[in-house]
Amino acid sequence: MSAHHSHAHVADHQHANHGSLKSYIVGFALSIILTFMSFGCVMSGAVPHDLVMPGIMVLCVAQVLVQLVFFLHLSAKPGQRDNLSIGVFTVLIIAIVVVGSLWVMHNMNVYMMHPATQSMSSSIG
Amino acid sequence: MSSSVITANHGVVAHGDAGHHEHHDDGSKTLLGFWIYLMSDCLIFSALFASFAVLCNATAGGPTSKELFELPYVLGETMLLLFSSFTFGVAMLNMHAGKRNKVIGWLFVTFLFGLGFIAMEVHEFAHLIHEGAGPSRSAFLSSYFALVGTHGLHVSAGLIWIVVMMHMVGKFGLNDVVQRRLSCLSLFWHFLDVVWICVFTIVYLRGVL
Repeated sequence: MSAHHSHAHVADHQHANHGSLKSYIVGFALSIILTFMSFGCVMSGAVPHDLVMPGIMVLCVAQVLVQLVFFLHLSAKPGQRDNLSIGVFTVLIIAIVVVGSLWVMHNMNVYMMHPATQSMSSSIG
Repeated sequence: MSSSVITANHGVVAHGDAGHHEHHDDGSKTLLGFWIYLMSDCLIFSALFASFAVLCNATAGGPTSKELFELPYVLGETMLLLFSSFTFGVAMLNMHAGKRNKVIGWLFVTFLFGLGFIAMEVHEFAHLIHEGAGPSRSAFLSSYFALVGTHGLHVSAGLIWIVVMMHMVGKFGLNDVVQRRLSCLSLFWHFLDVVWICVFTIVYLRGVL
C-alpha cells in the first residue's frame, strides 16, 4: 500500500518538475549574462588582476547552479531528493579527486627538486 | 518482502503489461538510473579536469595556452551550446504539451546548434594540430585534447541520439517510451552544457590569464 502511495507521489512531482517557458527563459538569460561576465572579466582588462581568478570561479559555480536549477530542474522537492543527494555525493567525490590531485602534485613539486634547480646545483657542485 | 515486489514489477514490465502504476514507476526509475550514469560521467570528467589542472603548465618548451587560445572563438562555441540547451528546453515543453511536429522541429534546431559547436571544435583542433600543437607536443596539450575531446565525443554522441529521437518521435509519436527517452536525452544534453561551463572557465579563461 505504502509503495503505491509513494509511486503516485513521485509521478505527481515529476509533473510539477517540467519547468515552464518562463523558467527556461530566465535560466537562459542568466546563463548568457553570467557567460558574458566571465569572458568580460578576462577580456576587458577592467578587473584588477588579483580578482580575475576568484571572479571567474565564482561566476562558473553560479552558472552551474543556475543551469542545474533551471534546466536540469534539480531541487530539494521530495521527488528530486534522490537525485539531489546523489549529486551532492558526487560533488564530494569530485572535490576529493580534484583538490587531492592538486594538493599531492603541488607538494611533490615543492619537495622534489625542479630540473632547472637540479642542473644549476650540479653545475655549481 | 521488498525483493518480491521488485520481481513482481519486473515480471509485469517484461510481459509488456503497461499498467498505469507500473509504468510511471518504471519511468522514474529509468530517470534515476540515468542520473546515476551522469554522475559517474562527472567522475570521468573530474579525473580529466584534475589531470589537466596538474599538467597545464607542463608545456615542455612548446606553445602555452596564452599563445594558443582565442577567447572570441570560444565565446562563439559557448553561445552555440547555450542556445542549443535553450532550444532543447523548448522541445521538452512541446513534448509535455503533446505537440509532435514542434518537438521534431525544435530537436532539429538543437541538432543544428550542436553540429555548429562540433564543427567549430573540429576546426579548432585541426588548426592546433596544423600549427604543430597536437596532443603529442606536450603533457599540457595531451591533457587538453583528452579533456576537450572527451566533451566533444559526448556532444557527438548526443547529436546521434537527437537524430534517433527525431526519427522515433516521427514514427511512434509521443508515447511513454519516447517521452522517457527524450527526458533522458534532455538530462544528457543539459549536463554537457554544465560540463562545458567548467571547460571554458578552467581551460580557456584561466589559461589565457
